[in-house]
Amino acid sequence: MKKTFKLIDLDCANCAAKMENEINKLEGVEATVSFMTQKLTVSAPDGDFDNTMKKIVKLCKKVEPDCEIVI
Amino acid sequence: MTKKQKKTLMRIIVSAVLLVLAYVFTGFVFEDLNWWIKLLCFFVPYAVIGWDILFKAGRNIAHGQIFDENFLMCLATIGAFAIGEYPEGVFVMLFYQVGELFQSCAVEKSRRSISEMMDIRPDYANIEREGEIIRVDPEEINVGDVIVVKPGERIPLDGVILSGSASLDTAALTGESKPREAEEGDEVLSGCVNLSGVLNIQVTKEFGQSTVSKILDLVENASGKKAKAENFITKFARYYTPCVVIAAVLLAVIPPLVLGFGWGEWLQRALIFLVISCPCALVISVPLSFFGGIGGASRNGILVKGGNYLEALSKTDCVVFDKTGTLTMGVFKVTAVHPDKCSKEQLLELAAAVEFYSEHPIARSIKEACPQETDKRRLGEVKEISGQGVEAVIDGKKVFAGSGKLMEKAGVKWRQCHKTGTTVNVAAEGEYLGHIVISDEIKPDSEDAIKRLKLLGIKKTVMLTGDSKEVGEEIAKKLGLDEVYTRLLPADKVEKVETLLAEREGKRNGKTNGKINSLAFVGDGINDAPVLSRADIGIAMGGIGSDAAIEAADIVLMDDKPSKIPLAIGIAKRTMRIVRQNIVFALGVKVIVMVMGAFGVANMWEAVFADVGVSVIAILNAMRAMKKIGD
Repeated sequence: MKKTFKLIDLDCANCAAKMENEINKLEGVEATVSFMTQKLTVSAPDGDFDNTMKKIVKLCKKVEPDCEIVI
Repeated sequence: MTKKQKKTLMRIIVSAVLLVLAYVFTGFVFEDLNWWIKLLCFFVPYAVIGWDILFKAGRNIAHGQIFDENFLMCLATIGAFAIGEYPEGVFVMLFYQVGELFQSCAVEKSRRSISEMMDIRPDYANIEREGEIIRVDPEEINVGDVIVVKPGERIPLDGVILSGSASLDTAALTGESKPREAEEGDEVLSGCVNLSGVLNIQVTKEFGQSTVSKILDLVENASGKKAKAENFITKFARYYTPCVVIAAVLLAVIPPLVLGFGWGEWLQRALIFLVISCPCALVISVPLSFFGGIGGASRNGILVKGGNYLEALSKTDCVVFDKTGTLTMGVFKVTAVHPDKCSKEQLLELAAAVEFYSEHPIARSIKEACPQETDKRRLGEVKEISGQGVEAVIDGKKVFAGSGKLMEKAGVKWRQCHKTGTTVNVAAEGEYLGHIVISDEIKPDSEDAIKRLKLLGIKKTVMLTGDSKEVGEEIAKKLGLDEVYTRLLPADKVEKVETLLAEREGKRNGKTNGKINSLAFVGDGINDAPVLSRADIGIAMGGIGSDAAIEAADIVLMDDKPSKIPLAIGIAKRTMRIVRQNIVFALGVKVIVMVMGAFGVANMWEAVFADVGVSVIAILNAMRAMKKIGD
């Protein structure tokens, strides 16, 4: 499943790159964080998607606590 | 400015005022104060401007993010305080915040101008329900519904005009500034703006399938496909910061320990390194350049599906064209009438009468070329001979219209035409009257497109066609194409492209001395979708092209004009130039300031400039990628 989420208060390009890097370390997950469009695109296995999203939110909080993922 | 930015601006002003006061107070009013009073005087403006940075640095370290720019800034400024440079410590933080503010405004502005350019999403659709026209969400409209579009409104969904006529502004889709006239029965695309007249449109595609949604999807997903240059930068950034920080530590420790220099001086030089160590200028400006390039291209009616394609396009040196629908209109037209025994008009009229019932594209083009409609009563028995032509009785006379084979069958002596195209011979009562030549028209800008491609340094232009040798070669000669391959079946086209790609492969491996580096294929997608996906870059004609073609292609030309190909290559080259400029500029300034810092020539000010100042300049440069290229 592939889904796109809006990101609020993503104001540093380097953080976006770091976030993307961290998320892609998760198994079976492919993600892009676009600093320009302030969007996160995640593709992950169907059954585990909600669980994966929880992990992603946690990771993002760790890298850039100001940035919020709109789910 | 956003609320957050305004708040930062207020803090900058307050802190600047406090800094000036502290400077005057400690420097002129009371000259010999205790060090701790001095420290306190400067600590107030520092706290005002830097508390959030300090807070973030602490929090991020707790999260295991060590080399983060907040931490580096804190280290640099606290370091300045530690060596007694109080005003400098405050000032570096202040300047950093000003730069950050400027940077966030610039990014915000570029983001907005790009999204404004792409702001073609219709907000509502007018639909008649129970005798009243109401506004609804375009997503609620079904295929077959009739919507009303008033002057000044955007057409929300693709459809066919049931009644009304208007001029339409198609700039958002095609980049064409001249309005297009549309009337009853015409197909209209969503995203066009109705400039005059009320239109009743029967919807043919639901919102998700409409042109507007497709374009927006393409452009929004485009930033996901990253170019090599972008990936290089993110990878580079990952190593850059730790390396610079390690260099800073070495710079602070080694000279005093090994060479016996004073600690303060070298610590200060090390702090300069820390300020420069953020890779932000690069990390922002490279993707922004690609984003701007893609945005600028879409403003010209060229949809690029990702930064990687823009990068590949800039390297293209061989362009392969499909003929029909790409270089030619794909519509047949009468191009010559050669009568033997009668006037041109008579010949055309007779041919139109014979073909009256035929729906063959050739018959249709003859009927279109004939000014008057045939009187049905003149027609007697009509017989269509498949693949050869038509035989009909007109005004009691037996008339044949068709190929040379048909003439032979009718026992008429006919002559070959010197013009290339499809020839329709006409004979009546066993007498040869003449012939009509029908051919596909070359698009008006095809020749210019090929010329401009050559000026852009394209080494090889090739045309592939399923048409006859004569027709293909004549068109290739007229347009100035380097090579032409005719009588190709769809599978042969793939094979030809494979051969060219093999040549490219040979060059890349250095085995053969082929000419091609990268190959682009341009087609309308009618039976060439496999070729589109096989080529390095597939360019599809989006206006007439099939959905499969748009799916398979990397770049879509919305208005089917071949002259958009050199324009697209021009945009791609400019974007890549800007990307290179930004990389060289940002890295160059950083390296120079670092070297100067290591030798004690540069101070904190220059270091802060090398960090945020360079970012801002790189962002402004990146914005140039979005500008429209003049025709």
